[in-house]
Amino acid sequence: MIETLGIWMAAFLTLCILSFLYKDNPFYKFAEHLFVGLSAAYWAVYYYFNILYPNLIQPLFGHGQLLLIIPLVLGIMMVMRLFPKVGWVSRWPLAFIVGSYSGYNLITYLQSNALEQVRATLVPFIQIESWKNLFTNPGVMTFLNAIAVPVVVVGVTTGVIYFFFSKEHKGVFGGFARTGVWFLMIAFGASFGYTVMARISLLIGRVYFLLHDWLGLIQ
Amino acid sequence: MNIVERLEKLDRRIIFLLTLLAVVIPLLLPIGFEIKVSEPVQKFYEAVEALPPGSMVLVSSEYSPSTMPEVYPMNQALARHCFKKDIKIIGMGLWPEGIPLNQASMEQAAEEYGKEYGVDYVNLGYKAGGIIVISAAAENMPNTFPLDYAGHPIEEFEIMEGIRNFDNIDLIISLSAGDPGVRHWVMIAQGRYGKKVAGGVTAVSAPAFYPYLNAGQLQGLLGGMKGAAEYETLLETSGTATRGMDAQSIAHGLIIFLILFANFFYLLGKRRKK
Repeated sequence: MIETLGIWMAAFLTLCILSFLYKDNPFYKFAEHLFVGLSAAYWAVYYYFNILYPNLIQPLFGHGQLLLIIPLVLGIMMVMRLFPKVGWVSRWPLAFIVGSYSGYNLITYLQSNALEQVRATLVPFIQIESWKNLFTNPGVMTFLNAIAVPVVVVGVTTGVIYFFFSKEHKGVFGGFARTGVWFLMIAFGASFGYTVMARISLLIGRVYFLLHDWLGLIQ
Repeated sequence: MNIVERLEKLDRRIIFLLTLLAVVIPLLLPIGFEIKVSEPVQKFYEAVEALPPGSMVLVSSEYSPSTMPEVYPMNQALARHCFKKDIKIIGMGLWPEGIPLNQASMEQAAEEYGKEYGVDYVNLGYKAGGIIVISAAAENMPNTFPLDYAGHPIEEFEIMEGIRNFDNIDLIISLSAGDPGVRHWVMIAQGRYGKKVAGGVTAVSAPAFYPYLNAGQLQGLLGGMKGAAEYETLLETSGTATRGMDAQSIAHGLIIFLILFANFFYLLGKRRKK
């Protein structure tokens, strides 16, 4: 009974949200406000019982771990942002967060997101094995495998040249920069394609819910 | 008003309606387009397939109900794949909303393969802190997660016997829809501790993770509903991702047609104005 009620409510709210595609209307407004209110309440309760209480309140006041006074004070200082006159106080805990997080992250981030990527690009321009495969077994996939590394190397090099602004983009240098723009455009196109796929997936998810769970039209 | 001017003033709700039909009709009347498995998905499958029975996989869920159509089918298929091969799962999450979804996936698969909570799988729940949690768990899992998601001490569970840190984990899989997620697992678990990491991500974020795959930092990658459908194909099961692929293909076809159609008439209109 409760499950059926839940499905009907979810179906009603889904239709309310989708009705915005026709035009703005009170049903959409109702669902939107309900979502914002419920989310705020959910997160407030969740953060208190799953983060604040087990990590701060219980160990500090229940088990007397006095060291936790430091994060408590920093937390209170952060909330000072709500009061304009003493809002500046919130900059101190923020500076602590930014500083500690950067310090913790910097080396690992550089290693995983820059050095490893550079290493993966610095491979032999011609992959003998791939070209052998192409000649022994000609096909689209073997061809793409053979040209993959040269394309990556040319794409990375010309893409970086495009972002080099200390020299005017003219002549041969300008030609490389324009090639880089083409690679960037293709990358943006691929990202856009994936974004379309993601959005359509979400629509499929909702439509599947309506047709399967609510109306029972598909098994 | 000629045809070009009419099309320029086309009510966009017609496009919404066409998109809706492109999704609804294939769901009601499946076509069954062939699903070809891509290399990143094949690698993901092989990474799990290569594990011997009794291995330990850490599945971290970093997604929420808003991205369920894309990531949840991956979670379901992964749980089935692991249990089918007698691989044990330790679940956890850096997003609180992912915990019940991961739990539901594991419970469903456990029922199908006769697996038991605490023996074959466990859910350690959510811990706030992102990469700090990953680092802490890498050093000492019982200290980082003393209780499971329901508040039971983890010493009670057989599966946690002998689990001290990431040295006892054979493969880490992050199913993520943003940060903290796969990127952070690569940074800490793979980069700092040299663990094998694979990922399942939403389609929006998938292009950003191919460089990690290319550099060997990721063992495999599932990207969006398509990735989930390919994974289901490899497992020879038909889940919600596979069922959605007909609609996905038709909707993509429609969008490609609309882009070409609109550009054709835009250029035609531009030429006429000259």
